[in-house]
Order: sequence, then C-alpha cells, then structure tokens
Amino acid sequence: MDLSLSSFFSDYTLRTVALGATILGVTSGVLGSLAVLRRQSLLGDAISHTALPGIALAFMLTGSKAPLVLLFGAAIAGWIATLLIVGIVRASRIKYDSALGLILSVFFGVGLVLLSIIQKTPDARQAGLDKFLFGQASTILAEDVLTMGVLGFIAIVVVLLLWKEFKLLAFDPAYGEVLGFRTTSLDLILTTVLVLAIVLGLQMVGVVLMSAMVVAPATAARQWTDRFGVMMIVSAIVGAVSGIGGAVASSLTPHLPTGPAIVLVAGSIVAFSLLFAPRRGILWNWLKQRQRGRRFQEEAALLDLYALAQQHTGQSHSHTLGVLRAMSAAPAGTRRTLHELHTRGLVASDSSDGWRLTPAGFMEAEKLLREQNVRT
Amino acid sequence: MSSPLALEINDLTVAYHDKPVLWDLDLEVPAGVLMAIVGPNGAGKTTLIKAVLGVIRPAAGSIKLLGEPIEKMRRRIGYVPQHGSVDWDFPTDVLDVVMMGRYGALGWIKRPGKREKDVALQALEQVGMTAYKHRQISQLSGGQRQRVFIARALVQDADVYLMDEPFQGVDATTEIAIVDLLRALRSKGKTVLVVHHDLQTCPEYFDWVTLLNVRKIASGPMAEVFTEANLRKTYGGRTAIYSSINGAPNNQGLAKTAVS
Repeated sequence: MDLSLSSFFSDYTLRTVALGATILGVTSGVLGSLAVLRRQSLLGDAISHTALPGIALAFMLTGSKAPLVLLFGAAIAGWIATLLIVGIVRASRIKYDSALGLILSVFFGVGLVLLSIIQKTPDARQAGLDKFLFGQASTILAEDVLTMGVLGFIAIVVVLLLWKEFKLLAFDPAYGEVLGFRTTSLDLILTTVLVLAIVLGLQMVGVVLMSAMVVAPATAARQWTDRFGVMMIVSAIVGAVSGIGGAVASSLTPHLPTGPAIVLVAGSIVAFSLLFAPRRGILWNWLKQRQRGRRFQEEAALLDLYALAQQHTGQSHSHTLGVLRAMSAAPAGTRRTLHELHTRGLVASDSSDGWRLTPAGFMEAEKLLREQNVRT
Repeated sequence: MSSPLALEINDLTVAYHDKPVLWDLDLEVPAGVLMAIVGPNGAGKTTLIKAVLGVIRPAAGSIKLLGEPIEKMRRRIGYVPQHGSVDWDFPTDVLDVVMMGRYGALGWIKRPGKREKDVALQALEQVGMTAYKHRQISQLSGGQRQRVFIARALVQDADVYLMDEPFQGVDATTEIAIVDLLRALRSKGKTVLVVHHDLQTCPEYFDWVTLLNVRKIASGPMAEVFTEANLRKTYGGRTAIYSSINGAPNNQGLAKTAVS
C-alpha cells in the first residue's frame, strides 16, 4: 500500500489519469445535479448511448482517432438525438420516456453496427475504438486531459453564468417563462452543456456507464443537503472522489477496467448516502419511526394506568402487568415501556410486579388528555 | 368611462389538438378591480390565464394589457400558479423562492443581491411568513406554500396579478389572510384576477366576476352578473345544485352553494 501511494504521486500516467477522472467527476457532478433536479436523469443515458454512432461516423469520415475529432462526432450525435427526442414529444403523442428509449436504442444499435463494420476493415488504425464502450483510462494522454479540462471549464462557466436561470428552469419553468426566460432557449443551452459534460467522460468511462456519472453524484449529494448550491458542490466532490478512486483502483488492480471501477465507487457512495444521511437517510427515518412508536406506547401506557386509577379510589392501587398487557395495542413491549416510564419517574412498581402512576405520572397523563382534547 | 382597461381581450380562441378550450372570447376588465374567474372544470380558466401570460399561443385573437400588446407588458404581470405545479422537494428555502420574483427585473445573468433580498423579506412580512424565511420548502403546509407563491408574485411589483386557485388546500384563517392581501393590492390600484371555485364566497371576496365555460357567459360587476340565470348557463346541467336549496331558489340560496 505504501508503495502504491508513493507511486501514485510519482507515476506520471496515473497522475494524468487521476487528473482526467477528477475533471470528469466534477463536471458530471455539477451538470448531473441539474439533470436530476429536472427529473431528466435518463437524458444523460440517452446522450451517452447516442454518442456511439457519432464516434464511429467521425472515424469513418476523417480516418482520425484524435480524441477531439471523435468527441466532436459524439457531441453532434448526442445533441441531434436530444433534439429528436424533444421533437418527437412535441410532434406526436408519444411520451417523453418512450421517445427517449426509442432514440437511445436505435442510435446505440446503429453505433454497434458501425463499430463492427469498422472492425472488419483491414486497417490497423481501427483498433481501440471499442474502448469507448466501457472506457479505458490507460490510453489517456496529457493532451486528452487538456481537452477534457477545456470542455469541463466551458460547461461549468456556463452553469455559473446562468445560475439563477437554470435554478428557475429546474424548479418552476412555467414561472420562468412568465418572467421572460424562454424555456426552449434555456433548455437548449443546458442540454448542450450536458452533452459537453457527458462527451468529455466517454473516453474514460464509456458510453454504457457514463449516465451513472450523471445520476450518482447528484443523487448522493441530494441526501446530504437542502440547498441548491451546496448540493452542486457536494455532487462535484462525490464525482471527483469517484473518479480518482476508480482510476487508482483500476491502475492498481490488473484487469479492472476504469469505467466500471469509477461507477462502482460512485455507486457505493450513493448506497452509503441513501442509508446513513441525516433526515433523508433510511436509517434516520427508521430510527425516527421507532422513536415515535415508543413514545406512542409510553403515552398509551400512561393513559391506561390513568384510566385504571379513575376506576379505583386512591393512586396507590397497583395493577398487574397482565392487565396492562391486555389493554395495550402492542402487548409485547409493555414491560419495556413501563421500565422506560419508571426511569422517567412517571410510574412506580411494587414487589409483586404491580404498577401505578406516580404524582408526576398523574400530571403527565392529565396533560396528555388535555392535548388530545385540543386536537379533536 | 375614460379609465384605462387593465385587460382587453378580443376574439380569443385557444385550442388543444383541434378541441377548442376557449372560443371567441371578448373580455374587458377595468383597472383596479378584484375579479373572480368562475366556471366548471374544463371551462378554460387556467387556459385563459396562460394565454394572458403569453405562455400558450392562441389560435386567434388579441390580448392587450393596459392598452399595450402583452408581449411588451410581461414584466407588468404578477403570477401565482397552482401550488401543486412544482416539486416542493426542490433543495431551496422560502426566501430563495420569493427572490425568484425579482429574476425577471434583473434580466439574464445578473445575480440577485441585497436589494432583492430586502424586497423579498418585505413581501414575506406582508404574507406573514417572516418566521419561515429559512425554512426548507418541503416542510411547508399547503397554506404556507400558497403564501410563499403570493409573496413571490408581490416582489414582481406588477400592475396586474393573475392567480390560479390561490385558496386551494388552504385553511380558513389563511384564506382570510389571503383575501386581505388581495384587497390591499386593489386599494393600491392593482388589478387582480383570481380563478376561484367556491361560489359561496365569491360575492363576498370579489367585486367583479367573469363566468366562463369555453365561451364567456357573462362578465361585469358582481352584483349585476352573479345571478342564478347566469350561473345556470355557466354550469349547464348541474343547475340542481342551485335551485334545490330550501325548496325555492333565491339570492340567498345562491350564496350558500359551493361547487368544488
């Protein structure tokens, strides 16, 4: 481990890959937040899949494998696909999700056909185009990282400039329209930037898994904050951590491809966030619910004892656990509930497992009754 | 009548997929009135509001706001959508939502600053929501959500306000508070158009009314227009609702009826 850590900082290739993965994670984290909040998580999936025929066509037309050329083809294809999806929804009665599925699979199918055609040509240069399917970080060069950096920078600057417009578009587009911000123009700009963010990650993560990088960091980030800006920053950090983590893991582990490694790290962070985040996390909600259940049982036991005391003269009369169990909606927990009330000084017990209210318990029960009367 | 019209609509027709939603509508609303837009479901009430907002394109007709075509006048309109129209789990707080009302005046790219924040805080005070300014919006009740949207429209500082069912999902206390707000707007010379469902409270809350069912049935001062004959025309076959009360129909009987 020590060796690998020090090699991380000295290994030129690994440094290049890690830097690229960071750029990829930050950009897709930021743009992914907007996509997720607009409930367009799957648009990322469509854009990345539809990029494949663009990559193949760009190679067939130019014969070049320069990343900038291929990514340009990818961007054009992703962009056309998005316009087609919107166009289908506008012009027909086909719903958004159907249009998306349709375009995604048709474009991806065309892409696969083109790839196999390219691979059958007796041309040595064609080797390696299929790396765009699942991504291959080891082939990334410093100039590729520079390309990624420029594209990512453009995307993030646009988001910062149109911050309030995008927020309005995500929260209440109809109101934005009323205020004079054309939804169609904003939509077009945001989609273009999203295409940039997705395309720059294709070389590393591949078209199949890139949509995870759009959805995962944003989903994880939403768990930890209720603020728009903070969510975007957290999402960017989650993206960056996933990118670096995946890149390092795949470089240290033989035969572990980079794209899946990055996505696995991001997925783990999502799972952790869904489980353990305060307020929105599953564990938090479970604890809250159990707490509410306990409190309800305690109140019910207090009121039961109060009702029993009303039927007998004097507070000193004790009642057995069996009686209280019979009155309770959750008999199994009665003893624990009584012990809890005991520690709070609201009930007292005698030697023969008989239970009664203390004076403090009486006051508490009467307070509860008054509250109930107000509520009904 | 030399006072300017707040809203002047001529021959307005709106259709979705060949089905007319509003048909050949003429409407004149004088400035400074508090007008209810009343009609059954599918009568085109929300469509009318959206046409005035310029969000949907009419098949025919013209709409003028304060004597000018609406395209020029968008900034003079304040809008309160139905509060169910957005995702309330969006990560933002009350103050931030209210400040959105200033985005139009700010224009592209410019960010809201202290001035926008001050205006928003003022509006929150007017709707009695100051204590909730940093509350996450998912934690608001229906009535509070509605008041946030009204505050957001207030900061637009418009001349004409359009509100789509502001009383929906609102408790009695909040309803009275909102009515007071609407009257305060009217006393400042603003014109307020409200899609309203409760016929019982209509004459009490508003001084002007438009009865709508795809076509305009009637429009004018509440006392003249809000008659049983007009309501019968508006609601068509559902006249039993009005006449069955206390055996014989009368003016009081009308006011006791509610249609949801």
